[in-house]
Amino acid sequence: MQVKLWINNKEFSDDISPDTILLDYLRSKGFLSVKRGCNTSNCGLCTVLLEGKPILSCSTLAVRVSGLHITTIEGLEKEAEEFGGFLADEGAEQCGFCSPGFIMSVLAMKNELKNPTEDEIKKYLEGNLCRCSGYMGQLRSIKKYLDVKREA
Amino acid sequence: MFTIDKYIVVDSLKQAYELNQSKRNTIIGGMLWLKMGRKNIGTAIDLTSLNLNKIEESEESFKIGCMSTLRDIEVHNGLNSYFNGLFSKSVEHIVGVQMRNMATVGGSVYSKFGFSDILTSLLSLNCYVELYKGGTITLKEYVEMPLNNDILVSIIIMKDKRNASYSSHRISSTDLPVLTCAVSNIEKQWNIVLGARPMKAKLTQFTLNEKPNEENIKSMISNIIDSTSFGTNYRGSEKYRQILADVLIRRNIEEILHGGKYAS
Repeated sequence: MQVKLWINNKEFSDDISPDTILLDYLRSKGFLSVKRGCNTSNCGLCTVLLEGKPILSCSTLAVRVSGLHITTIEGLEKEAEEFGGFLADEGAEQCGFCSPGFIMSVLAMKNELKNPTEDEIKKYLEGNLCRCSGYMGQLRSIKKYLDVKREA
Repeated sequence: MFTIDKYIVVDSLKQAYELNQSKRNTIIGGMLWLKMGRKNIGTAIDLTSLNLNKIEESEESFKIGCMSTLRDIEVHNGLNSYFNGLFSKSVEHIVGVQMRNMATVGGSVYSKFGFSDILTSLLSLNCYVELYKGGTITLKEYVEMPLNNDILVSIIIMKDKRNASYSSHRISSTDLPVLTCAVSNIEKQWNIVLGARPMKAKLTQFTLNEKPNEENIKSMISNIIDSTSFGTNYRGSEKYRQILADVLIRRNIEEILHGGKYAS
């Protein structure tokens, strides 16, 4: 089946099988930041943005996003690096396997919520699991990052 | 994971309906639950081009297209201000924002999933489903009907000024619920819905005095618990669910009567 989509604003056209999962398609195109964690739509490691909204690429058919724009962390290098610095400063970066999906959700949250409370931050990020940490370092880093963004 | 031989983005409901008459074909909603199975799908039917992802508000009702996502209803101002946050409360514990950006209302209601938070809250309202062939029928009738190959086009909620409240219990936040409960009240009528028992949600209706006292409420709750079957599965026993039901129904009534706020 013929698809045409934009990944990080670059156009891709392909003939793919209709049951190709977006996650596999993205990885086959070299976007290896997109991780398969649980494959049951629970862990958030495969999070990418579809037209700016966070979705699970492990549970999306590639044919469904034909004609649409996908953003992976490779397309948000500057923002990801900036937030990544806050994560590292809080010692929240451990094995790093969940970081790309987590960072995509944080960046989506920054665009969607205005001045979120701690509770709103936690609720927005509930769909992102991390098996190394207790989430406290991440939460500190998000609050500091948002404070800096607010002042800027 | 499933396999798909052919994928068709339909250009009319008629085409979708005709394709859906074959058991080998399947409508792709959010496909989150579908993906957990191993079905070999002949033709995958995609409704995305039919503009069914809108929530329309009129004087009398809300009309929610079947392809609206759980996140759409979670953040919809009109729906949530009319029903006092009922919708955001009933979906906020479903996995995460990413999942709710994908899961469709139509998928959840059509399938009558036992674990469905949203079916529980909708059943407590004056709610209808619009079926392509079957016409518009009450959600209560739809829930009791056997599944067929019709297409659920939209969900219609009447604005009848009722009060409603929702709560659920989960072993851990974002997990599937052990028990879901929605209560609504209009004049003397009380509607109590219990879901995730682990069967599909069930509505029980009661008439109470204008200002029910503790005695009235107590007897209504014990009546409901006695007449409802609570299944046992690995998430919880029947006995545990009965105890939870007592607490959840009470909290919802309390919230409706006194505006009490409880952790949900």
